[in-house]
Amino acid sequence: MPALLEAKGLHAAYGETKVLHGIDFTVEEGGVTALLGANGAGKTTTLRAICGMTRTQGSLTFAGQSILGRSTEDIVRLGVAHVPDGRGTFMELTVEENMRLGAYVRKDKAAVEADFERMFGYFPRLKERFRQQAGTLSGGEQQMLAISRALLLRPRLLLLDEPSFGLAPLIVKEIFGIMRRIRDEEKVSILLVEQNASLALAFAEDAYLLETGRIVVSGKAHEISKDESIRRSYLGY
Amino acid sequence: MEGLIHQIISGIATGGIYASVALALVMIYQATHHINFAQGEMATFSTYITLLFINMGMPYWVAFFAAVAVSFAAGVAIERILIRPMANAPVLSAVGVFVGLLLIVNSLSGWFFDFTIKQFPTPFPDKPLFGGFISGHQLGSTGVTVAVLVAVYLFFRHTSLGLAMRAAALNPVSSRLVGVRVGWMLALGWGLAAAIGSVAGCMVAPIVFLDPNMMAGILLYAFAGALLGGIDSPLGAVLGGFAVGIIENLGGAYLVGTELKLTLALVIIVTVLTIKPSGLLGRTVLSRV
Repeated sequence: MPALLEAKGLHAAYGETKVLHGIDFTVEEGGVTALLGANGAGKTTTLRAICGMTRTQGSLTFAGQSILGRSTEDIVRLGVAHVPDGRGTFMELTVEENMRLGAYVRKDKAAVEADFERMFGYFPRLKERFRQQAGTLSGGEQQMLAISRALLLRPRLLLLDEPSFGLAPLIVKEIFGIMRRIRDEEKVSILLVEQNASLALAFAEDAYLLETGRIVVSGKAHEISKDESIRRSYLGY
Repeated sequence: MEGLIHQIISGIATGGIYASVALALVMIYQATHHINFAQGEMATFSTYITLLFINMGMPYWVAFFAAVAVSFAAGVAIERILIRPMANAPVLSAVGVFVGLLLIVNSLSGWFFDFTIKQFPTPFPDKPLFGGFISGHQLGSTGVTVAVLVAVYLFFRHTSLGLAMRAAALNPVSSRLVGVRVGWMLALGWGLAAAIGSVAGCMVAPIVFLDPNMMAGILLYAFAGALLGGIDSPLGAVLGGFAVGIIENLGGAYLVGTELKLTLALVIIVTVLTIKPSGLLGRTVLSRV
């Protein structure tokens, strides 16, 4: 079966600054793929390149069609949801409005209401805070809101940018616990960017390791986590 | 006492006009962080279009709504052609474009429709009501402006498109990531602002008469209203617009006389900027450095 997302020789740049130097990777349908690496390796840029938020070159196919050079709005409409770094909360809007925006491009309004309930099943706290201004939520709650907003698109591919960033270990554990449920219950493939390598490798099936815009290691997640030399030289644990 | 009530009622009637224009200013400001100095001249041009349609033989309300539609389309076109290329330009360049737009639209009004002062019809019965406290036109125009303000509120609060337009103004990056076509939302905002201006122009023209500079003073009052309420708060702008209308009328009648009324707008602007720059309902934006 062809991969859901396939990048070949993908280059990305902000203005004159080149960040990705021709990387190859795939995300399998229904799987979780992790993208690891240190600060500045190009993880966030990879997710942005997929969504058409940077200048890109090379080849990028999603569900059989090229998405290279297409607008962010069009790529989202194909079923790519992005939980950006910093969570992308609409601070001035309510939790409800944030969630409605997640389903903005959908036409099946009745199903959206049912999906709201499903999100409350994963994140009961969002129901408590439904009418509250999103800027008043804690970091963990905003991360939950960001994941819900992305899932409300009913995406085929979910891009998650450091869901653990800036959160207390207990909250991180809670969110990854819920993400396991989401992985098993939703029909969605996940590309996860994480600095916390052990957490990501335990969650993903496949993994890629980025270093200064190039992929240096790729393989099955459980094999990478067992390989002591990789762990020592790149993952630091 | 009767005089005072009369002045307050007139103030509310003109305040509705200022509130509409202030709302148009705030809508553009929220999306672009610029003041559209040409908002008033655009409204004047729309009023001329209405007069043109009326002179072509259309009934008043048909001409009115046709002009609103034309203004909406023109607003969208101006955003697409003139403002879009300025998206990443420095502030001063943007100000230059807005001032240029003001001069262009003002001159076009004079060129097409000449500079002489024209009478503009009112669709409302022109007779005093409620024992002379309010004229038919004052009551009717207040009703129209309030209806517009309520419709705009309902649109932004309760429709999916209104929510998307607010989101696009507040957080363009996240908006794109949920599939909102941000560029089009900004263009729609311009169209809506131009349409609101068109209504305001038609409602004020029977009182102040129509000439190419009709809205110059009104834009100043509206700007004072927007600042008073908070330049980033639509509700604040509307309340501020009404407040300025009342202050202007009372000040003109009891304080400075009609010749110096416009000074009151400047006094309000300076006072707000020195004492509370964020306005009464505006947010004070704190940022860590």
